[in-house]
Amino acid sequence: MGMTMSQKILAAHADLDSVKAGQLIEAKLDMVLGNDITSPVAINVFNDGGATQVFDNTKIAMVMDHFTPNKDIKAAEQCAQVRRFANKYDIKNYFDVGQMGIEHALLPEKGLVGPGSLCIGADSHTCTYGALGAFSTGVGSTDMAAGMISGKAWFKVPSAVKFVLTGKPSKYISGKDVILHIIGMIGVDGALYKSMEFCGDGLKYLNIDDRLCIANMAIEAGAKNGIFPVDDITREYTNGRFKGEAKEYCADDDAEYEAEYIIDLSKLRPTVAFPHLPENARTVDEIGKTEVKIDQAVIGSCTNGRITDLRAAAEIMKGRKVANGVRCIVIPATQSVYLQAMREGLLETFIEAGAIVSTPTCGPCLGGYMGILAKGERAVTTTNRNFVGRMGHVESEVYLASPAVAAASAVTGYITDPAALKE
Amino acid sequence: MKAQGTVHKYGDNVDTDVIIPARYLNTSSHSELASHCMEDIDIDFTKRVKKGDIMVAEKNFGCGSSREHAPIAIKASGISCVIASTFARIFYRNSINIGLPILECEAASKEIKAGDEVSVDFDTGIITDITTGKTYQAEPFPPFIQSIIADGGLINHVTKK
Repeated sequence: MGMTMSQKILAAHADLDSVKAGQLIEAKLDMVLGNDITSPVAINVFNDGGATQVFDNTKIAMVMDHFTPNKDIKAAEQCAQVRRFANKYDIKNYFDVGQMGIEHALLPEKGLVGPGSLCIGADSHTCTYGALGAFSTGVGSTDMAAGMISGKAWFKVPSAVKFVLTGKPSKYISGKDVILHIIGMIGVDGALYKSMEFCGDGLKYLNIDDRLCIANMAIEAGAKNGIFPVDDITREYTNGRFKGEAKEYCADDDAEYEAEYIIDLSKLRPTVAFPHLPENARTVDEIGKTEVKIDQAVIGSCTNGRITDLRAAAEIMKGRKVANGVRCIVIPATQSVYLQAMREGLLETFIEAGAIVSTPTCGPCLGGYMGILAKGERAVTTTNRNFVGRMGHVESEVYLASPAVAAASAVTGYITDPAALKE
Repeated sequence: MKAQGTVHKYGDNVDTDVIIPARYLNTSSHSELASHCMEDIDIDFTKRVKKGDIMVAEKNFGCGSSREHAPIAIKASGISCVIASTFARIFYRNSINIGLPILECEAASKEIKAGDEVSVDFDTGIITDITTGKTYQAEPFPPFIQSIIADGGLINHVTKK
């Protein structure tokens, strides 16, 4: 029996010729990640366990992105604890305010993950790097601590579900619409414990940011990881950037998949996930013009805070104004995206439209700060979760959408199909 | 090892944002996390819960973020065991790693009701609903995971080698 792409990467890192679904293995890690929320717990576990050294100070990344710039005294204390640890153990990839960006935009951009990498991160959206042909998955803080000590992690080899993407998507269809459509189809536990492997001739129409967005939300279908084959689009992004040794793996022709879905990208419509689960997907055609009035629009996050996301939003907002009564918050995911957006005039477009532009932070996505919702308020957002209370009050509502839909909605004040905006 | 207590019952897809909302993630204090456990879906949970009580839910328990604060909050609130028909994978890993016993059992998760008195035998995986007299067999842990539990959690398991 052949292996899936995910299984091949796991086998290579476990020094095994082959692995099969369900097998428990111990594998060597190329990168161990934590942030300002999960690292403090991991550091406590590291210290309580009596550890006195890390396995490799170049293979650990700590990114202060969730509650930074520090939102309150407790958040400041947590960052201070991580900063002390990073200094003590000379962690080379420690990113603080000024260098930091949202971790899952930052690590690919800095070339810390790439094709064939095996990466764990104490953040559920660590699955993002599968877009680059890496096996990458979210874990908790104790796994992070064990990884920092031993350079290894245990895995149950996942089975897989295959998604064959065909056809060319139309103008306003992005990676976000693809993944919201898929989660709507299979549900929030539709790929529980499994790999989501993407393939098909439609991949050539999905740029690297679309793929990072799709892999990012694999966890919202319960998946262990999402992964894309390495092609010219990947190589164009990783060549000269990835600091490790790129290794390209392909699934065997006889690899076993528990299910296979064929998705015609040309048929997809802009898609929105209604409260309070990402699986509550509806196309814009199923939403009345003035059905969902919004109070806030957020454009950013590890899902959709990259340069092509900001371009898509700016294209729609150019020459238009944010509707009265709507707060529109734009958050470039990294300093480099921020700078690029400034050079391209995108920030000017947002500010002239009446939006605000913030330094990189995860803030509003998880109801941390920088855009908390009051009771009864609604937000359309390009983030990844719309659980009860996710962005603020327990009686607030979050609608997940693409940057184009979020921007169009900011302009009209209602959830809106970008194509329906008047010239 | 055994546990016995009163059941707190929840439905499908209990996510980590409702187990412990992110607004409280500016601390890693176990007792502080426990004081906000479940508050966005069950405001009285922290007042009602007694040491040894058991949490029962349906499918995909613990979905969402990787925050280990979620199983920590549940454990520190006094809960001795979580039974669900399925768990989200990161929550499953985290629970084993921090020593919160969890069991997958679909029939138990469907039939056991809030307020029932339930006992669990972790060695055999047998769940007994003392209130109704019914028993259920949960999936036992694979030997590898049993060895992590026997070592007292993942860090002890790793540092022992």
